[in-house]
Amino acid sequence: MTAPAATATAALALGDDALVLAQRLGEWAGNAPVLEEDVALTNIALDLLGQARTLLSLVGDEDELAFRREAHQFRNVQLVERPNGDFADTIARQLCFSVYQELLYGALAGGGSELAPLAAKAVREVAYHRDHAEQWTLRLGDGTEESHRRMQRALEELWPCTGELFDPLEGLAVELPALRGAWLERIGAVLARATLALPQGSDRTAWSAGGGRQGVHTEAFGRLLAEMQYLHRAHPGATW
Amino acid sequence: MTTTATATGTAATAQAATAEDIGTLTAAFDAAVADEVRIEPRDWMPDAYRETLVRQMAQHAHSEIIGMQPEANWITRAPSLRRKAILMAKVQDEAGHGLYLYSATETLGVSRDDLLDKLHAGRQRYSSIFNYPTLTWADVGAIGWLVDGAAITNQVPLCRCSYGPYARAMVRICKEESFHQRQGYELLLALSRGTPEQHAMAQDAVDRWWWPSLMMFGPPDDESAHSAQSTAWRIKRHSNDELRRRFVDICVPQAEILGLTLPDPDLRWNEERGGYDHGPIDWTEFREVLRGNGPCNRERLERRRSAHEKGAWVREAAAAYAAKHSPRREKHRPERPEERHERQEESA
Repeated sequence: MTAPAATATAALALGDDALVLAQRLGEWAGNAPVLEEDVALTNIALDLLGQARTLLSLVGDEDELAFRREAHQFRNVQLVERPNGDFADTIARQLCFSVYQELLYGALAGGGSELAPLAAKAVREVAYHRDHAEQWTLRLGDGTEESHRRMQRALEELWPCTGELFDPLEGLAVELPALRGAWLERIGAVLARATLALPQGSDRTAWSAGGGRQGVHTEAFGRLLAEMQYLHRAHPGATW
Repeated sequence: MTTTATATGTAATAQAATAEDIGTLTAAFDAAVADEVRIEPRDWMPDAYRETLVRQMAQHAHSEIIGMQPEANWITRAPSLRRKAILMAKVQDEAGHGLYLYSATETLGVSRDDLLDKLHAGRQRYSSIFNYPTLTWADVGAIGWLVDGAAITNQVPLCRCSYGPYARAMVRICKEESFHQRQGYELLLALSRGTPEQHAMAQDAVDRWWWPSLMMFGPPDDESAHSAQSTAWRIKRHSNDELRRRFVDICVPQAEILGLTLPDPDLRWNEERGGYDHGPIDWTEFREVLRGNGPCNRERLERRRSAHEKGAWVREAAAAYAAKHSPRREKHRPERPEERHERQEESA
């Protein structure tokens, strides 16, 4: 089933978000602070990969789209392509993104668009991801002095990438700018419980604000794709 | 059914037991094991039985954890999204198997933290197989087919092992492992029937993983240090060589279906025995790998230690948070400001 053009634009953007974050989380396998986190992070990666496959399949062949596009053809937000950093960086990224996804899929599931069935399934997974991120935000924020400092720093560094999440997205049956208030409220509430401060700086990067959705990405993204795509590209036409 | 009936209340009496009592307890234990009665955590057991199980089960748990590395090495490079998802699910299962096995080992009175410390210090082992590198995508398939296949051949008899918690863990683990093994086989089949380059990649992987997989069954029977006692205790049910032969017999026809060869010129059907004879195994290489001199020993252990050390601040944060928010202090109500103040003074 291929979606109409406008929906395809939205499906591609949301699919790329999920694919790229799954790729990042996949890097954690075997490297987590405790075994339970190896399970949890891989589990979340697997959910996101499942979402990506469903969304990309609405647009075309999932493998063609994942492995044969150039960086500038990807439509994911820059937030998801940010390197894992330390555990606090990863959790800050998970918190911001899972709250966003929960709001987005929640709104989408209630509407009548082609993406509603997918959103209805994904919103349950995403609620679990959000809970995981929240629980860790509380533990890192209200844990030790060091964990508090690391979590605060991670949030400050991530913040300039959060504005892009709410730029209007063509073909999406949800008004993204309208979700920003609820998102900020939820993030603010979690951070307050975690004794963390809501970052005060701009939620936009200097020159590439909104870049990801237009195909403008970060340096790290090129390397992510080089690694992800090399084998598929080395064997054109092969099936796996 | 457990041995509780034959050894009721033995935990308390064992401490003050005389040599005579120990003799009686041992006799009852041996009789229970001989009757195929499952031994459970609260039953009396000989110290040496406990130690053997801790050693074997910890090594088994460690193998699951270290075993994540060679496969996780390919998660970010898997050539299709379907294969990537399968591989992620597999590595996740391995972490889960490690958790089951650490829990089962803890029933013997040791702690997971202590076992991990021993692994990190190189004082407890893991399977020699995970010291080999995954150099191509086909290695992921070869690990599924051969390494998981050898593990299953080894582990299915453990589902009937005399120690209950271990046997039950193995039942769950073997189900998932069989699934992984079929997926690995299917991956190799796709490569073998793919382009000439893919076929060559599959053959190369099988060439590199075949002998190390045969080594997974351990040293030959006449050199196996723990075998006799483990067999008597019904922890082990078949000899190393017996299981190895069983594995070879299963693999030969599977390799034919795959359209791949096994790298052993001496491999041939033995009409008399009704099984395959294989060529000599390089036991020098096996001993070198066990001694820490395999291709990836240092790297694997270093990665594990590094993950643990880099994660220390996260575990400390979780512990500090749990201490502050223990249910006794804060059950179903938020902390009042004055309590918070007290808490900060306490910790200062």
